[in-house]
Amino acid sequence: MTKTLFSDDHEYIRLEGAVGTIGISDYAQNALGDVVYVELPKVGAKLAQGDQAGVVESVKSASEIYSPVSGEVVEVNAALANDPAQVNQDPFGKGWFYKVKISNDTELQKLKDETAYNKYVQGL
Amino acid sequence: MTAAIVDLEQRDDFIHRHIGPRETHVASMLRVVGASSLDDLTAKIVPASILEKSPPVVGEPMTETEALAKLREMAEQNKVFRSLIGLGYYDTITPNVILRNVLQNPGWYTAYTPYQPEISQGRLEALVNFQQMVMDLTGMQLANASMLDEGTAAAEAMTLAKRVGTHQSNTFLVASDCHPQTIAIIETRAKPLGITVVTGTPEELAGKEGFALLLQYPTTRGEVSDYAEITKTAHAKGMIVSVATDLLALTLLKPPGEWGADIVFGSAQRFGVPLGYGGPHAAFFAVKDEYKRSVPGRIVGVSVDSKGKAAFRLALQTREQHIRREKATSNICTAQVLLANIAGFYAVYHGPEGLKTIAMRIHRLTSVLAAGLVKLGFEIENNHCFDTLTIDVGNGAQDIIARAHKHGINLRDFGDGCLGLSLDEKSTRDEVVQLWQIFSGKSAFGFSVESLDQTAPDLIPDNLRRTSEFLTHPTFHLYRSETEMLRYLSHLERKDIALNRSMIPLGSCTMKLNATVEMIPISWPEFCDMHPFAPVDQAEGYRLMLQDLEQKLSTLTGFAAVSLQPNAGSQGEYAGLLTIHAYHESRGEGHRNICLIPSSAHGTNPASAVMAGMHVVVVACDTNGNVDLGDLRTKAAEHKDKLAALMVTYPSTHGVFEEEIREICRIIHEYGGQVYMDGANFNALVGLACPGKIGADVMHMNLHKTFCIPHGGGGPGMGPIGVAAHLAPFLPGNPLIQTGGEQAVGAISAAPWGSASILPISWVYISLMGTEGLKRASQIAILNANYIAKKLEKYYTTLYKGKNGFVAHECILDTRHFKDSAHVSVDDIAKRLMDFGFHAPTMSFPVPGTLMIEPTESESMAELDRFIEALVVIRTEISQLESKVWPENNNPLHLAPHTLADLTAEEWTRPYTRHVAAFPAPYVGADKFWPPVNRIDHVAGDRHLVCTCPPIENYSVAA
Repeated sequence: MTKTLFSDDHEYIRLEGAVGTIGISDYAQNALGDVVYVELPKVGAKLAQGDQAGVVESVKSASEIYSPVSGEVVEVNAALANDPAQVNQDPFGKGWFYKVKISNDTELQKLKDETAYNKYVQGL
Repeated sequence: MTAAIVDLEQRDDFIHRHIGPRETHVASMLRVVGASSLDDLTAKIVPASILEKSPPVVGEPMTETEALAKLREMAEQNKVFRSLIGLGYYDTITPNVILRNVLQNPGWYTAYTPYQPEISQGRLEALVNFQQMVMDLTGMQLANASMLDEGTAAAEAMTLAKRVGTHQSNTFLVASDCHPQTIAIIETRAKPLGITVVTGTPEELAGKEGFALLLQYPTTRGEVSDYAEITKTAHAKGMIVSVATDLLALTLLKPPGEWGADIVFGSAQRFGVPLGYGGPHAAFFAVKDEYKRSVPGRIVGVSVDSKGKAAFRLALQTREQHIRREKATSNICTAQVLLANIAGFYAVYHGPEGLKTIAMRIHRLTSVLAAGLVKLGFEIENNHCFDTLTIDVGNGAQDIIARAHKHGINLRDFGDGCLGLSLDEKSTRDEVVQLWQIFSGKSAFGFSVESLDQTAPDLIPDNLRRTSEFLTHPTFHLYRSETEMLRYLSHLERKDIALNRSMIPLGSCTMKLNATVEMIPISWPEFCDMHPFAPVDQAEGYRLMLQDLEQKLSTLTGFAAVSLQPNAGSQGEYAGLLTIHAYHESRGEGHRNICLIPSSAHGTNPASAVMAGMHVVVVACDTNGNVDLGDLRTKAAEHKDKLAALMVTYPSTHGVFEEEIREICRIIHEYGGQVYMDGANFNALVGLACPGKIGADVMHMNLHKTFCIPHGGGGPGMGPIGVAAHLAPFLPGNPLIQTGGEQAVGAISAAPWGSASILPISWVYISLMGTEGLKRASQIAILNANYIAKKLEKYYTTLYKGKNGFVAHECILDTRHFKDSAHVSVDDIAKRLMDFGFHAPTMSFPVPGTLMIEPTESESMAELDRFIEALVVIRTEISQLESKVWPENNNPLHLAPHTLADLTAEEWTRPYTRHVAAFPAPYVGADKFWPPVNRIDHVAGDRHLVCTCPPIENYSVAA
């Protein structure tokens, strides 16, 4: 069973066992506008929770991607290089950024579930 | 009664030419804004605590004739020698068709940076030509649209290598045979970043470790060596290889891109841009494709417009300081567009064969010269060369130099028993003979240029001869007759809106008149043919002019000293922050590294602070747009042990004279910091208040805003700094010419006085306006802005106002709510203004989704009224959308700008008329400006970056 959690910086992490798939929320992609480029971390990189993992760029803005959990990057979505529009069209599907092997489950408690995140976004 | 002669002389005539509104208009405009006189208006707006009782005295106004005569007198004290000094500066012949129709043509020199691409297609196409030329000649995959000079390009290559490289070292290896001013700038830039610079011969460096290696090809002593092996070795260690080079040499030499270089840069000066005593010139910067997202500076890319037609635009702007701020790839913004375009046109006009012929001629003359010198008993150091020889003269250097001076020739003295000389496009057979005479002291020899031409071998090594083609694109072949060239230049110029067509009301950019009289002297040979490293006793005229200009700028700013070296505002910021750091260091407080910057600051501020080794702490603004004093106090106190500086713009970027500016400065000083004032808005202050007396310690002046140097379509600029007395010892220096303070922070620009040849523009402006004229200019700039704000208040809300409800010299119109009410964005308004023939105001700075309007003093009331009318009509159109008269995606705002092709299409199915589309106000008539393309798709352009000349078929589509 999968579960999706969100950070206050609008990253999501979809949990599948010990591996989490990270991307940005629908709210974030909408706020950024048309994404033209995503700078992804390197496979093998070890990130702490809150570390900068990459950058997502639209024509007029560049926003850092912060890792919602600590862990090692095990895969990145290379298809975004040629088709960054997937971030807008399918943020939770084909628009994912990278997968991480989670090293500290307790950090997940700091994240919001979908209901709490939606409430948070409404308040922005 | 007849008027007195003294009045009939019209000694203040220029003031009324520079200033737009007539006296009678000023009176009615004052009534509109609610002031009884200009002084009354000033008193209502400028805080009493900073207002000067009488303006700083720079002299009585001169007439145009007098100013030119006075400048001519100084110019004539320059001795213009043939300077064969080299060092990256070579004399060149500016083709007259380019000189007259580009360099001296307001259609080119008064344009702004092409942020509104639909009305900038001409110069964007010219810049793509420049990029293509650089890519072809260097053999690289991507080039940007110019850097400020070769030295700063070298420093940018260093930081780019640090960003993209994988080698963990913190050492930058620099070949000692790079130009000395290049090495000096690298050292200046490396220090605050904690980078160690190690110099040595290329062979020595090959054995060392560093994150990158810099080579010069050909070297400053003229040698042409094969660096393929050294490059391979460096790459094997994971190092980046950057190469400084010469575009003309690369027409004959194997380009660095073909032997593995990662970054290639240099100066494009010798492609038709006058020496100008150091500038302005365009530097070029090219990289491998994989580094494109880390490149500094502007890149022009190809995209499509809404009809799918190829169109040019600035690409990948997210790298730049105005978006990425302290995380930007560089602080560079204004570059050298006008000069890059001249260099590009030089290549278009000569084509690959023409360039090769010029290069081959120079090389043959050099080879023959060398053969003759050998026959005369001299030892030439070079094994191979392109145009530069280093000659061992034992202890004869001084005699030879003295003889050279008698012939009106400058040589380079290496100080080690060797003399250097570089031939150039102006070199002739006679010059070669002269040089033989100079070196030998004889007048006759047993050989001639013609005889040696039969026997002297070329000095380019066979393995480094260029075999690849370059400039194969049709653009470099189609315009080789002067008629075709003239029409090409004119064709491009007509696609753009520059100041010769209509007002460019860009907030914070000060697009004022660049008077013809101010521009004339830059083409005088006494100014434009001087080499930056000519002996100073030959540049007496420059010395007098520069000194007088420094004096005038000191007076106007209230600072003790001025450095004219920084050649853009960004460079001024950087230089100013370095002087602040050096000052702290001199007091044993070098650990101070916190730079406070208000959230409303221009993005260049944080980018410069980071380059100067400082950490940025953002200070909030209050709801009125002013610096939040409470937050400032808290942050200054919190960081008091490490507070280095505050960077503050005044009047603020929000277009307001903040009442508390003195208090702001006081707080910073109280906690041991220094105040850096960003002079972008100095146009509202000149003659009214002096930053040096308000509490600022250093300020840069954008001479290309406030003091009439034209924007050139995105450069040149000049950003000299004024400093208080305690910072004067640290003003920037130069490794070859004595200048700057005793404890100079190092070199900021390659040339000692930056882009010296455009400084006469500011000198003439100040001289013509005089004390009263400058004050009046500031007052009218303020009046014009308030007139616009007032006339538009029924239609648009001005976001921030100062005391008594007035703005400073610019105003921000809040257009954000139209997004909700009518789905109209600030872009839609900007594009619609093009249908009226106007360039948009500054968009989304400093507040996203708003428009910032700065009319300047030069715009007449009639022009202001036309602009106001345009915005009123647009507001009515927004109302039509609000009331759903037009559908959301089929209306004149969302489909703007409208092209001639739109209007002449067979079918017209839109719910508004063709007339509304293209002639939205009565004054848009016979002189209608037709945007050459529809709205450009930025997303497509950034998703698929193309920055080469597109296939020629794309140009031939009817506009």
